[in-house]
Amino acid sequence: MRQALRLFTIAVGLLLIWQCVVWISGVPKFILPGPVRVAEALIAQFTVIAPHAGITAMEIVLGLLCGTVLGGISAISLILYAPLRQWLMPVLIASQALPVFALAPLLTLWFGYGLMSKVAMAVLIIYFPVTAAFYDGLRRIDPGWLDMARVMAGPNGLPRRSILLCIRLPAALPAFGSGLRVATAVAPIGAVVGEWVGSSAGLGYLMLHANGRMQTDLMFAALLVLAVMALGLYALVDHGLRMVTNWQPENGYA
Amino acid sequence: MTTALAAKPDGQASIEVDVVDAGLSFAGRLIFQNVSLTLRSGEWTALLGPSGVGKTSLLRLIAGLPEDGGVTTGTVRASDGQPLAGRIAYMAQRDLLLPWLSIIDNVLIGHRLRHYRTGVEDRQKALHLLDQVGLAVRAQDRPAALSGGMRQRVALARTLMEDRPLVLMDEPFSALDAVTRFRLQETAARLLSGRTVLLVTHDPSEALRLADRIALLAGAPVQLTDAGRLPDVATPRPLDAPGMAERAAGLLQQLALQDATSQDIRASAEMGLA
Ligand SMILES: Nc1ncnc2c1ncn2[C@@H]1O[C@H](COP(=O)(O)OP(=O)(O)OP(=O)(O)O)[C@@H](O)[C@H]1O
Ligand SMILES: [Mg+2]
Repeated sequence: MRQALRLFTIAVGLLLIWQCVVWISGVPKFILPGPVRVAEALIAQFTVIAPHAGITAMEIVLGLLCGTVLGGISAISLILYAPLRQWLMPVLIASQALPVFALAPLLTLWFGYGLMSKVAMAVLIIYFPVTAAFYDGLRRIDPGWLDMARVMAGPNGLPRRSILLCIRLPAALPAFGSGLRVATAVAPIGAVVGEWVGSSAGLGYLMLHANGRMQTDLMFAALLVLAVMALGLYALVDHGLRMVTNWQPENGYA
Repeated sequence: MTTALAAKPDGQASIEVDVVDAGLSFAGRLIFQNVSLTLRSGEWTALLGPSGVGKTSLLRLIAGLPEDGGVTTGTVRASDGQPLAGRIAYMAQRDLLLPWLSIIDNVLIGHRLRHYRTGVEDRQKALHLLDQVGLAVRAQDRPAALSGGMRQRVALARTLMEDRPLVLMDEPFSALDAVTRFRLQETAARLLSGRTVLLVTHDPSEALRLADRIALLAGAPVQLTDAGRLPDVATPRPLDAPGMAERAAGLLQQLALQDATSQDIRASAEMGLA
């Protein structure tokens, strides 16, 4: 409750500063519109913005889902199969040297102007943080737990995957969570960059066009919607992760 | 009392275990060599020795656990000729509770690992064992909500849940305060009586209190010696039983005399003087 109040105060404060800057500097409204103008544009153009926002939201969520699933599968495979680890790890790390955004035009070429190329872009930038964080979590297990499990095995050893399911996966959940949080924060960037490079819909497309036609207030309104969507998604994911890893001690102090 | 239920390993008879010519070295540095030890059936053997002498390593060797970067030799045999794998319960110095599982699920972790599912009977048995260590009311709590002593009691219940004929314990009480340790020693002695137990400790009075036999691992080169006859009192021996204090003092002196680290310190002190 107090935190909500604090957030509200920060938001109001920033808006006030913004409005003051506009008043004092007297910049023309097509360079920097004040918050009131942006709010007006948001209300007036809401029917224009909403469908674009829906498309961008779809791209972000789909990208996040696919990227997380792919990253999760990769991390688990890396843990389970040592040869895969030796062959895939260098490739994964080398792939991070590529500026992913430079691939955006290629993605448009391959997947077209529609949803697919943006989802692919989001997946590309999400994949690595999820895989790396999750893999690390799966690997850094207290060796004492593994020793304990080994002694607990029956005469024929443990069933396949039982250490993975009972110990490694739950122990790696917090690490997976931090990867997923990073992914959630960067997924909207992927989608919007994809839209900038080539699209016929989405908030990125809308902003580009509003900018070209000097509709700066519309651009800010679209930006605002994007920010609210990104924050909302993050809050949702964060809340979900806290629920699953509620045994983590630092939760109490956060 | 319900001790009878816990006292006998149901299903499996208690076993005698022979360790023959055990040795361990790390990158050419010899830790110990030619160590032979018999764990008598149904008895508690205490392995007493100074820090760093290789007690944990010997215990791990018996448990069949690999030492990272170490080379082990020797054989470990059960008297009935059957393999030991699957017949050992291991209680480490740390409680090793899984923080995401409730206390009762931690006690059941062995069953979970082996069968994924746990039946009603397993849960009842786990609850009964938790009751034995006085923690039945906390069964649904998470480990984080428990004190260090309580956590170690859960680890004891988990060890008992495994219901194995050979129990290996690596300084299970050393991180606890004196009163908690005293109580837990009593609980363990009661619940594990009749099993073959190897208890690693560096505390002579703990060894004297709990063990039927004491083996000393000490010296340079490291040797295993039997500490001889112990006071003729049933375990857990009260600390004020006749002869206890003298024996404890004697064992401590023996340890200090053979302590490799103190020799190192003396050697380096002499070098500094020269
Ligand atoms: N991975 C390793 N590499 C090199 N030396 C090791 C390694 N692990 C253990 N040692 C050495 O093996 C010796 C025996 O270690 P161990 O843990 O068995 O001692 P301990 O008797 O259990 O001591 P403590 O009472 O302190 O637990 C130590 O001298 C230690 O330095
Ligand atoms: Mg040790």
